[in-house]
Amino acid sequence: MDTTEVIKNWINKKSEVLDLGCGNGEILKILRNDLDVTALGVEIDNHNINECIKSGINVIQQNIDEGLTNFGNQSFDVVIMSQTIQVLKDPKKALLEVTRIGNESIVTIPNFGFWMTRTNLLLSGKMPVTGTLPKKWYETDNIHLCTIKDFENLCEECSINIIEKRFFNDRGHESFLANSVPNFFAALAMYKISK
Amino acid sequence: MSEIKTVVTPNSVILDGELNLECGKTLTDINLIYETYGKLNQDASNAILICHALSGNHHAAGYYEGEKRPGWWDSLIGPDKAIDTNKFYVVCPNNIGGCHGSLGPSSINKETGKHFGPDFPIITVKDWVISQSRLSDYLGIKKWHAVIGGSLGGMQALEWSYLFPTKLKKAVIIAAASKLSAQNIAFNEVARQAILNDPNFIGGRYLDSGVNPKQGLKLARMVGHITYLSDEAMRSKFGRELKEDKLNFGFDAEFEIESYLRYQGDIFSENFDANTYLLMTKILDYFDPASEYEGNLAKALDAVASQLLVISFTTDWRFSPERSREIVDALIEAKKDVSYLEINSPHGHDSFLFADEQYVRGLASFLEN
Repeated sequence: MDTTEVIKNWINKKSEVLDLGCGNGEILKILRNDLDVTALGVEIDNHNINECIKSGINVIQQNIDEGLTNFGNQSFDVVIMSQTIQVLKDPKKALLEVTRIGNESIVTIPNFGFWMTRTNLLLSGKMPVTGTLPKKWYETDNIHLCTIKDFENLCEECSINIIEKRFFNDRGHESFLANSVPNFFAALAMYKISK
Repeated sequence: MSEIKTVVTPNSVILDGELNLECGKTLTDINLIYETYGKLNQDASNAILICHALSGNHHAAGYYEGEKRPGWWDSLIGPDKAIDTNKFYVVCPNNIGGCHGSLGPSSINKETGKHFGPDFPIITVKDWVISQSRLSDYLGIKKWHAVIGGSLGGMQALEWSYLFPTKLKKAVIIAAASKLSAQNIAFNEVARQAILNDPNFIGGRYLDSGVNPKQGLKLARMVGHITYLSDEAMRSKFGRELKEDKLNFGFDAEFEIESYLRYQGDIFSENFDANTYLLMTKILDYFDPASEYEGNLAKALDAVASQLLVISFTTDWRFSPERSREIVDALIEAKKDVSYLEINSPHGHDSFLFADEQYVRGLASFLEN
């Protein structure tokens, strides 16, 4: 399965879903069409926001780094944060906020422990540039990259339960290798968590 | 490329029946003046209602014959503009209490044969919205595609969304607030005092006496105007520029900003009615939908069934982005269909009148999605 299919499997029909860092609203559009969810996105980029509005996806222009206190405790069935946590100023606070707002949350991270990232750095001596981390160090928005181990340690430290997890290769598909030694072979990791 | 000037003419209607106002009084023979742009389609599903703000009127777009300046929202309303008149039929009435042709304090009171003046009842946003819904009936519009307004106009769009939830598909609430702050009311009070203390005000009966409290109205407008601009906009437009190259050590207008404010105040005081101005500021002060729900705005908005777009501007300090976010938060809490745009614009509260690219794109996308 790919990341979208896993997300669809993890969300019940007609759920209320908040996507923090929803981009152009692509995931929310799929969830709305296939699962009839009530969708709300939070996004900061003007172009993405306009794409959401064009597709009829409700979107709030908001900088997640400035807080999410406008969303009530457990006010959504599911909060999605897909490859967003690594661009935030305070990932720990964001993780706690996500689990406060959502009954359950789905968080996806690019795994910095992925073998290509490791060998890239080891062999070239330069900051890794890979399929999931395509930008150069001075262009990337990623300021808080972590490995699968790091992320799971943070969840433990914050007393956040990992309900389910899935690992994907650099083409966004689940694979035998990614699942057997995730911290080395998974390019992306997806977690269903709750507090 | 020179723009083709669309020539427009106003229409007027006398609404059926009485209007029982929130203040307890009743108005009859309500004359509303309005303009329309674009064509109403066969099933009357492409109509957009524009609600004007404090000093606005029904002339929102296009030009009158021989007019040099277009309507107040011509930047956004017209063919291929944000509110595209090739697609939509746009209606903009002058609200009750106004001074540009609709029933208001400067109209003649049939009972006395004199101007209403200070006897004109205090109107509320709710009264306006009810009168606008009577206008919809008259025009054969059962459901507006959208109701749109900026500032006080945004408050009307918000009121529409919970007062007549099934009579609109979308609402756009721009540079507005769900209630005025103490600071907002304070500015309005200064404006009112300026008018009330003008010797030509004569208890509001100046029209019957053939005079005009021009000085008071001018001052009121000057104060208001300051709150419409951002510090940055004033700095870049006027800075500390002097009209002449030297200081004159006197009290004439020496700085450009002084002469600008005086000029704006003069023009306004020649074209606006002081009683209407007083009335408009009261309508602003009284608006507070949450007050009937122990201050809970989400509860006040419970009936909303339309899609809403809330828009604020970063440099607006009259109704700052925080004030718009209060509306958005309440709508999210009430689980309504809401989107929110925070536009980076230098023009302060007046930003809603300018065709900023992001603003135009967001508004157009919302109306067409």
